[in-house]
Amino acid sequence: MKVHIRNGRVIDPASGLDAVQDVYVAASHIVGVGSAPADFHANQIIDASGLVVCPGLVDLAVRLREPGLEYKATLESEMHAAAVGGVTSLACPPDTDPPLDEPGLVEMLKFRAKHMPGPRVYPIGALTRQLKGERLTEMAELQEAGCMAFSQADAPLVDTQVLLRAMEYAKTFDLPIWLRPQDAHLAREGVAHDGVVAARLGFPPIPVPAETVAISTILLLVRETGARVHLARLSSRAGIEMVRRAKHDGLPITCDVGVHHIHLSEMDTAGFDANCHLVPPLRSLRDREAIRRGLADGTIDAVCSDHAPVDEDAKELPFQEAEAGATGVELLLPLTLKWAREAGLSLHQALGFISHRPADILGVDGGRLAVGRPADLCLFDPESAWIVSPSNLASLGKNSPYLGLEMQGRVMFTLIDGHLDFRRDPQRLRHA
Amino acid sequence: MKDSLQLTEDGRLRHLLTLEGLPARILTQILDTAASFITVSAQERDVKKVPLLRGKAIFNIFFENSTRTRTTFEIAAKRLSADVVNLNINASSQSKGETLLDTVANLSAMQADMFIVRHAAAGASHLIARHVAPHIHVINAGDGRCAHPTQGLLDMFTLRHYKGAFHNLRVAVVGDVLHSRVARSQIHALTTLGCPEVRVVAPKTLLPRDVENLGVHVFHKMNEGIKDVDAVLMLRLQNERMRGSRLPSAGEYYKHWGLTPDKLKLAKPDAIVMHPGPMNRGVEIDSAVADGVQSVILSQVTFGIAVRMAVMSLLAGAGATGAQA
Repeated sequence: MKVHIRNGRVIDPASGLDAVQDVYVAASHIVGVGSAPADFHANQIIDASGLVVCPGLVDLAVRLREPGLEYKATLESEMHAAAVGGVTSLACPPDTDPPLDEPGLVEMLKFRAKHMPGPRVYPIGALTRQLKGERLTEMAELQEAGCMAFSQADAPLVDTQVLLRAMEYAKTFDLPIWLRPQDAHLAREGVAHDGVVAARLGFPPIPVPAETVAISTILLLVRETGARVHLARLSSRAGIEMVRRAKHDGLPITCDVGVHHIHLSEMDTAGFDANCHLVPPLRSLRDREAIRRGLADGTIDAVCSDHAPVDEDAKELPFQEAEAGATGVELLLPLTLKWAREAGLSLHQALGFISHRPADILGVDGGRLAVGRPADLCLFDPESAWIVSPSNLASLGKNSPYLGLEMQGRVMFTLIDGHLDFRRDPQRLRHA
Repeated sequence: MKDSLQLTEDGRLRHLLTLEGLPARILTQILDTAASFITVSAQERDVKKVPLLRGKAIFNIFFENSTRTRTTFEIAAKRLSADVVNLNINASSQSKGETLLDTVANLSAMQADMFIVRHAAAGASHLIARHVAPHIHVINAGDGRCAHPTQGLLDMFTLRHYKGAFHNLRVAVVGDVLHSRVARSQIHALTTLGCPEVRVVAPKTLLPRDVENLGVHVFHKMNEGIKDVDAVLMLRLQNERMRGSRLPSAGEYYKHWGLTPDKLKLAKPDAIVMHPGPMNRGVEIDSAVADGVQSVILSQVTFGIAVRMAVMSLLAGAGATGAQA
């Protein structure tokens, strides 16, 4: 299949390319940018005028809910939702049922995903068996089965000795560990930021030290072991400041934030909207500003959707009893664009946080638009406005804090491995 | 948004979920209406009933045990001639896996006019109010640590009864503010009604972070916190908090924050002492104070019925919102 993408605004965040050009795709790869290779005869021509053509998005946290949690969402539904969101590579956390702690489970997931349309799926293996935080998993075996890194997802790792040994063992094979820093004791029973809204409404709080104490422990153990650690979903000003200093000291760490945390704060929980019950909790406006500063100065390496489709029954409950999480894979792009507009960033600066930067953290060959690269592309209309509603979301998870609100920027086509896995606007497509 | 859930478009009360954000006008209207009901409840009346809610079906839905609050709502409803059904849900549906909203939908189908809800989670009554049919009214009888608006109102009624007005009062709320929905409702009501100085007095382990943002002055020492106050609003200390990581012992708590006759002498000579009940004598309050001349704790209970009658009649009585439905 040869595809000719005409007249789009081609942006490659990694190289800084931003120009109206044509892109040529053949044999699953990008074969030309600007000029066609010799003897190129397209099977499909996409009129991309007015659209941005950028690398397919790379999302570091998308829950596909399989195996075991099919009542929330299915592999098929969430793979499709990811393609609708312009995501062409995704990492899925191990918090399935059972967790991804055995090679067979990982192989099955990879096998099923491979035979479905949709993005490349990169499983993150469980760091400990059953995510219980007690016994290590067979990390080397899991890596052979396809795991890119190892994590506890949102399950606590209470025993610091286990954490130290996990880092030492992972370092033996040079495997990355992804950790969401949260001290289980300090966060016990908490559901919301320990701030002004929790004071008013009496939400059981999760104080900032729940994050900073955990970061402190992790950083000390990284210094000790030299393990490659990625800190997932930072939420607090103090936590980001610790990472800033650690990076300055040359520690081999990276970190990300969830896209909702760039925009929302504890103030959004004041109406008891269970869709704003997120993990980590939405914190204060100062913390939100610190996240934006951390992105601007490079302390934070990537933005992810932290996609967590939750069934309606688990959300139509009082705030603190509702299951945490928000559907997000289809909002990753528009919410990143919204941040870029508000922060006065160029498109290529903003898109870098959801393309080549997360690809580097994941260690995959995606997130770049250049000749010879895989043909993973996202074509979006930066001006198109749409309302977030259950019927407008392809994900089976309709749990969004943005329900009823308008987004600007909408994916029109998604190419994955040279295949057109999503098309919103067939009129722009011509078969030659 | 919260206001629009509690108030109709023309500014009348539709549900009573929290005192936060309610205008002083509404709070005063409830207190004034309650005053008119005091005579209905008076001991010397032969028939303690008025027909304001005749034919209305009121469901007390309690997801958390409470004999006292449920009983006062029941008495208030009966004095308004309503039909009352009591349901203790933790003993039945929830254990069978029925969701909160399913329970409410089922009860709505039994032609309910009003739900009085107590639940362990903040915002539970908001959730119900958002999902009930337009003619059904919801009263929050306590949701988690969030709000207990009728308790807050009866405390305001009691304060006004004994002190006349709010604009010249200095009030101390003493005890476990962190876990207390009563304290939150009291604080919102006091600041809305113009009380110039609201204090909270507690050890740091029993105060929420950023509590100053609620418009209160923070004290950790009892002798400083209740000095020259016009009223001491004591809070109940739950048994499970008396020892553990928040407090070492009930004894140490009593020594520092228990209201004794000696400590009470630091307040104004005519200060009144209130408590939402049930009291832990010898923990947060000394019996000599609880039963002393400055205690108005039993008046609170009596006034509580009038205040709940007032809220119910304003919500569902003739001329109230939805009465035509």
